[in-house]
Amino acid sequence: MAISEVTVKNAELLAIDQINAAGGVLGKQIVPVVEDGQSDWPTFAEKSQKLISVDKVAVVFGGWTSASRKAMLPVYESNKALLFYPVQYEGLEASPYIYYMGATTNQQIVPALDYLKAQGKTKLFLVGSDYVFPKTANKEIKAYAKANGIDIVGEEYTPLGATEYGTIINKITAAKPTAVFNTLNGDSNVAFFKQMRSAGVTPQQLPVLSVSVAEQEVQGIGADVVAGDLVSWNYYQTTNTPESVAFVKAYQAKYGADKVVDDPMEAAFTGVHLWALAVAKAGTTAVEAVKAAMAGLTYQAPEGLVTVDGENHHITKTARIGLISPSGQINEVANSGGPIKPDPFLKTYPWAVGLS
Amino acid sequence: MHVALAQLVTGLSISAVLLLIALGLTFTFGQMRVINMAHGEFIMAGAYTAYMLQGPLGHQSLLVALPAAFVVAGAIGLVLERLLIRRLYGRPLDTLLVTWGVSLLLQQLARDLFGAPNVEVRAPTWLNGAVHVAGITIGANRLFIMAIVAVSVTAIWLYLTRSPQGRRTRAVVENRQLAACTGIATTTVDQRTFFIGSGLAGVAGVGITLLGSVGPTLGSNYLIDAFLVVVVGGLGQLRGAVLAAIGLGLLRAYVEYWSHASIARVVVFLVIVAFLQARPQGLFVLKTRSLQ
Repeated sequence: MAISEVTVKNAELLAIDQINAAGGVLGKQIVPVVEDGQSDWPTFAEKSQKLISVDKVAVVFGGWTSASRKAMLPVYESNKALLFYPVQYEGLEASPYIYYMGATTNQQIVPALDYLKAQGKTKLFLVGSDYVFPKTANKEIKAYAKANGIDIVGEEYTPLGATEYGTIINKITAAKPTAVFNTLNGDSNVAFFKQMRSAGVTPQQLPVLSVSVAEQEVQGIGADVVAGDLVSWNYYQTTNTPESVAFVKAYQAKYGADKVVDDPMEAAFTGVHLWALAVAKAGTTAVEAVKAAMAGLTYQAPEGLVTVDGENHHITKTARIGLISPSGQINEVANSGGPIKPDPFLKTYPWAVGLS
Repeated sequence: MHVALAQLVTGLSISAVLLLIALGLTFTFGQMRVINMAHGEFIMAGAYTAYMLQGPLGHQSLLVALPAAFVVAGAIGLVLERLLIRRLYGRPLDTLLVTWGVSLLLQQLARDLFGAPNVEVRAPTWLNGAVHVAGITIGANRLFIMAIVAVSVTAIWLYLTRSPQGRRTRAVVENRQLAACTGIATTTVDQRTFFIGSGLAGVAGVGITLLGSVGPTLGSNYLIDAFLVVVVGGLGQLRGAVLAAIGLGLLRAYVEYWSHASIARVVVFLVIVAFLQARPQGLFVLKTRSLQ
């Protein structure tokens, strides 16, 4: 998964540059220490321990897959250290020492299902990688489907890194769904979409809605292969806010005019700024004081105004459904109208009773 | 019926990919008893060759990329053979460790040269279509891969059976000492085999770009499957590799259709373990009188 993690790191370094250029925090410059988790879950935990006890960092920004976060969680809880996690995930978690900058289920998957339902797509086929995020997400999707009159006509998982989708595509065409809900991880998406097209399945006949495919991944898959398919995120490079325009401009000035930005990068960037604001408010980098300052903190992020929930450590986010264009950019086709309050345990959804 | 037919095509398509990546390995493994963990990186080198060529040559470059990848991957293989592997002949465990290290080095080299993000090789438009036969749809890219395999297997077969170099290769495979005694320059034969074996991996790399993306770990994802085909088929056995690839590909396709992807992999492994219990030497075995 080195594809997307590098760009997330770049976005975090950009935020640190911006804060330092504006005078730093508490009159001090922020010095980043970069460690590579090597897409290996135990390594994430080891490097976290090293950052905390050897480098004595004030805060850590990082993690990619849900499995990497689950591996790091006990390290941060036992050391009482802070982690900002930048990626959308499957929900059902709220650690007192982790801040979740990406969407939880009710800010990404539930709005995506609402959109499909509104479009009359009532027969869904679920395709995902065989690990924690897709399995949990699909459990939630099935609960939603049951309460909303949606048929799940198939559910398939492939091992992480799988590149052979011929059989699954045969199963999909035999089950005749009206949309595919895709939670595949990383490069499997490339193989899946290429093989869908070569099997003659077009987005017009059968749209695929993905929750792990953003602008970075579209580049790897090939925009012409996925153009016309749907995604669900909280931010796109095309999101039209003054902060988004400034973010894209600053990123391209630092890393190259041909670089694209996407949702996890924006979430990571927002996380660094939120932490700096909290430290400035608390007057110290001490963990408990920063946590107290984080509660209710707001920041005008590229995706719009975000507010930190002091209780579950998530942030409010606007859900946006996007359509992938042949240029590789993603255009918003629907949004939630305003920031959605995070509800990682789906307590406010009657159909989700029993999931957590 | 329709499903069985569609899965037959899918299975044969999986078989074609398996055979393409195993073809080179069965020779280097069979002739030199080298467990080449870096074989996957030759596949990667071929795939990146296709990627590099599409810049200057455009989308039709895939046909040029096939011979180019053969030469590039073959050359890398030859360098590896000259520098490292020839010093380790007859020490399979050492080659396993050394080539695994080389594999990691080459992956990191690719990451530094081409960047961590995976890249895309765009297929020529005539490969994006599909053919409709008897109610099922076959992607043109899958037919193209099958064609590459057919040409490669035929070429290797002709080389081994009809050319003087191929005869020498067979002689070395059958009995290295005796071949050397009769005046065959075994080191030259080894080099040539390594060049061809690595080159075929490069060709496989170009074929695989049609199915997925190109990244530093592209080849290592396929390596285990390639070794399975080689072991089941019998070392250095062309027809063994062909039959093993077809058998494993079809098995995987049908089991996956009636169960799930992860289960299909387990079933394939179990069948192979059971098969090797009964026939540890693989489908075909070379009968020689040499003491090895």
